[in-house]
Amino acid sequence: MKDGFIPLAAPVARLIEELSKLPGIGPKTAARLTYYLLRRPAPEATALAEAVLALKEKTILCSACQNIAEADPCPICASPERDRATLCVVEEPLDILALERTRKYRGLYHVLHGAISPLEGVGPEQLRIRELLSRLQGGQVKEVILATNPNLEGEATAMYLQRLLVPLGLRVTRLARGLPVGGDLEYADEVTLTRALEGRQEF
Amino acid sequence: MPAPRVYRTEALVLRGMDLGEADRLLTLFTPRLGKLRALARGVRRPKSKLGGHLDVLCHSDLMLARGRNLDTITGAQARHGFPALRGDLLALGQALYVLELVDLFTAEGMENYSLFQLTLTTLERLPDAGGGETPLRYFELRLLEATGYRPQLYNCHVCRRPLEPQDNYFSPSGGVICPSCQAQEPFSHPLSLGVLKVLRHYLRAGYEEARGVRLTPSQARELKLVLGECLRYHGERDSRAGAFLERVKGLPSQG
Ligand SMILES: [Zn+2]
Ligand SMILES: [Zn+2]
Repeated sequence: MKDGFIPLAAPVARLIEELSKLPGIGPKTAARLTYYLLRRPAPEATALAEAVLALKEKTILCSACQNIAEADPCPICASPERDRATLCVVEEPLDILALERTRKYRGLYHVLHGAISPLEGVGPEQLRIRELLSRLQGGQVKEVILATNPNLEGEATAMYLQRLLVPLGLRVTRLARGLPVGGDLEYADEVTLTRALEGRQEF
Repeated sequence: MPAPRVYRTEALVLRGMDLGEADRLLTLFTPRLGKLRALARGVRRPKSKLGGHLDVLCHSDLMLARGRNLDTITGAQARHGFPALRGDLLALGQALYVLELVDLFTAEGMENYSLFQLTLTTLERLPDAGGGETPLRYFELRLLEATGYRPQLYNCHVCRRPLEPQDNYFSPSGGVICPSCQAQEPFSHPLSLGVLKVLRHYLRAGYEEARGVRLTPSQARELKLVLGECLRYHGERDSRAGAFLERVKGLPSQG
């Protein structure tokens, strides 16, 4: 250690390494966050650590809608207030949050956990499509709203699902194209999403 | 003289991968710079001005800024978004298959102008074919040619003797082999004289002439098989979009 190179304390290096694995966080930001936490009082760091642990230990997938939840069924699937004849299919759990913010939709959801993207190795079999089809067997659902992202992967997924669902005699609709092409649904603002919901069309 | 910090190119978006909160890492195919990867910042936000011009399968004019590791897209204007392909699942599956083969058979930074032109014209041909696969077969063979893997169709790939007008064999590694050499190539398939003539015609003729050739269903299957084996051998894996395309063909028909 005489040559002037001072290695980071192992716990510091370890947290920097873990944080820089997160999307959008480079080594510089990871180091900044680490030193920030180091300066904060111990209970704050403990609360963060516990929250990270609870994320994996205390969440499950709702066996009906496949959303991430604390209980199975999730609050939306369990709620007597929701309209069981309408099912909205989304790519990711965050899309549900975006749609719920509009307060315009009272039906149920189904999370695919991705979109068809053969070149990235995601085919229909990697998505929760089988679970969707078995949910529709009951005959309670009359309309399926396809709310996949307005980009190529989302369109491919919607068209694929439409081919599977139309023979089941359901009404299949797609969010209107008020949404710009190439974007992610979770970033849509409430006005855009509300319009898109109201303007949904036969697919 | 240092390379300019900003440069322009037209490009076809082959692939897109979500990165960070709202960015995408794109794989682009350009006429003069070959394949390159570039960062598109913020394009997943609905208010992004660039997003609609940088979706997979967009042919766009781009402005890029050089970065230390990765160039960043600073401007984009779509020339053609291929709406006819986006609105039809079968045509879209075919287009994705074309994009995947281009990605698989090109290396970053290697110019391949003829392959760029071939790719664009193939994408333009797909909607008119109404799901027929002639544009794909023609593309597959021309892709092999444009990337240095043109199969040998006139002389035996092993003994180099001119081929007789008869049923021969086809080796995915190099082309047609005569019946006497077949034993030396365990992975070869039978190749009928009719399909050999189709392969030769596709390499000689323009697309308009090539698509005039009528194939029997068994010839179409054979052509697809030998070209598919050839692509798998040189591409070193199965096409994922090809598997998706087959799945789409097996779906209940529309309406
Ligand atoms: Zn649920
Ligand atoms: Zn021979």
